[in-house]
Amino acid sequence: MSATLLQVEGLVTEYGPVRAVDGVDLSVSEGAVTAVLGANGAGKTTLLRTISGLVRPRSGTVELEGRSLKGLAVERIVRLGVAHVPEGRGVITELTTEENLALGGLWRGRGAMPVEEVYELFPPLRERRRQPAGSLSGGERQMLSIGRALVARPRVLLLDEPSLGLAPLVSREIMELVRRMAAERSVAVLLVEQNARSALAVADRGVVLNLGRIVAEGDASDLIADEDLRRAYLGF
Amino acid sequence: MTRFVDLTLNGISTGAIYAAVALALVIIWRSTRIVNFAQGGMLMITTFIASALISSGASYWLAFVVALLSGFVLGGLVERLLMRRVEGKPPLNAVIVTFGLLILLEAVAGMIWGNTPRSFPPAFSIRGYSVGGTRLLFAPNDTFIVLVVLGSAALLALLFRRTTLGLRMRASAFAPEVARLLGVRVGGMLTLGWALASLMGSLAGVLVAPSVFVGPNQFDPILVFGFTAAVMGGLDSPAGAVVGGLLLGLALSYVGGYEGSALVTLAALVILLLVLMVRPQGLFSTPRERRV
Repeated sequence: MSATLLQVEGLVTEYGPVRAVDGVDLSVSEGAVTAVLGANGAGKTTLLRTISGLVRPRSGTVELEGRSLKGLAVERIVRLGVAHVPEGRGVITELTTEENLALGGLWRGRGAMPVEEVYELFPPLRERRRQPAGSLSGGERQMLSIGRALVARPRVLLLDEPSLGLAPLVSREIMELVRRMAAERSVAVLLVEQNARSALAVADRGVVLNLGRIVAEGDASDLIADEDLRRAYLGF
Repeated sequence: MTRFVDLTLNGISTGAIYAAVALALVIIWRSTRIVNFAQGGMLMITTFIASALISSGASYWLAFVVALLSGFVLGGLVERLLMRRVEGKPPLNAVIVTFGLLILLEAVAGMIWGNTPRSFPPAFSIRGYSVGGTRLLFAPNDTFIVLVVLGSAALLALLFRRTTLGLRMRASAFAPEVARLLGVRVGGMLTLGWALASLMGSLAGVLVAPSVFVGPNQFDPILVFGFTAAVMGGLDSPAGAVVGGLLLGLALSYVGGYEGSALVTLAALVILLLVLMVRPQGLFSTPRERRV
């Protein structure tokens, strides 16, 4: 078992009277992919937004390599190595592809990954480097958001619905890449997905959220095999 | 014909000043979606500082530099201490705060320096160039005004387009939340944006002061003209602000020259209304919708 990078304990996040995340515990190890599954409104996105500091938790802790992230500003948390790829609108449409990528690594200075490496991972982006990100297709935008997160060489990667709205083939490529990333760069990946089947295919572990609570967790292969769970929460 | 040339040249010179005010408004609008109505008061204060320095014996250029620097600092302070509290709140809050600040600054200036307008020296001679025996309505000081405004606009464009600091500032303006997720200190970028905008405003103040004099309310028209120029340019586009400023300068110069100077402010408001009715997105903005 490799080292735990991200540790979440008893996390509770509320929007007014609504408890979006209700006592979640989970941990992600170096080089591993943990899938967070569940229907719309299960609290998946809020969980990620709480971890990256965009929303403040009501209670509970988030630790990165044993260090508490409590009260830190988003940009501080990012600089500790947590990269959050938000759902859908992650690219800055007014900036070019290259500017988006450059932005991802600015705080790293010389330690950033050369943009060239992103183009090797995602060749379609190379042809679009000078074009505004607003002109990219959905798949290209997703590649750009993920590539931009990688430029900063994160320790923990929070991916929110990376396959949303993508053609199945592109979606599969992205999932494969996520798995490779985690293994080759020893990144801990927390992968939020509605598409449980494709997420579990690349994940090591999975947790299933329902109304903010974890209703099931285990090895990805066990979750896939569990018929009742699939029918009740995962819909396939 | 000479008259037309004179009015054109004069329009370019005053238009450059409107362009500087318009730039100050556009930089802030782009990053915070706030129209800084206090800009007229802020540039009035920094011009008063320059004026006080000059009357105490300092050189023009020292006063010039101090005015710009105090504009930079004042802009940053206004963002940090006041505007930060209304950013992201309903737009009316910001409108009221900037208007309140304008009134406050004008009152404070009146208390410190009095309400009688005082003269302000130009940087260079205001005796027009003579061409073939006739003297133009365009002097070395006008050359200076046009060059310094266009030069500053070019420097700003370089900063925004070619530097990583500018990239951070643009990212903070377009998508603050994403920028934060990429490690950009968005708050600092907003403060810097206000500081730079206010510096441009102070530049306009010092440049226009010789012709409007320095007093608590002497710069109100400049704010109206600068706002009109910014709206003409689309409010969102720095290049549009410069072109809008020059076009407005020309238009008002022709109106003032051919129809009488009493109509100038009225003409500016008519232009503002026409732009808002006919082409509210501005003459130069390339409408780019933000798509999800």
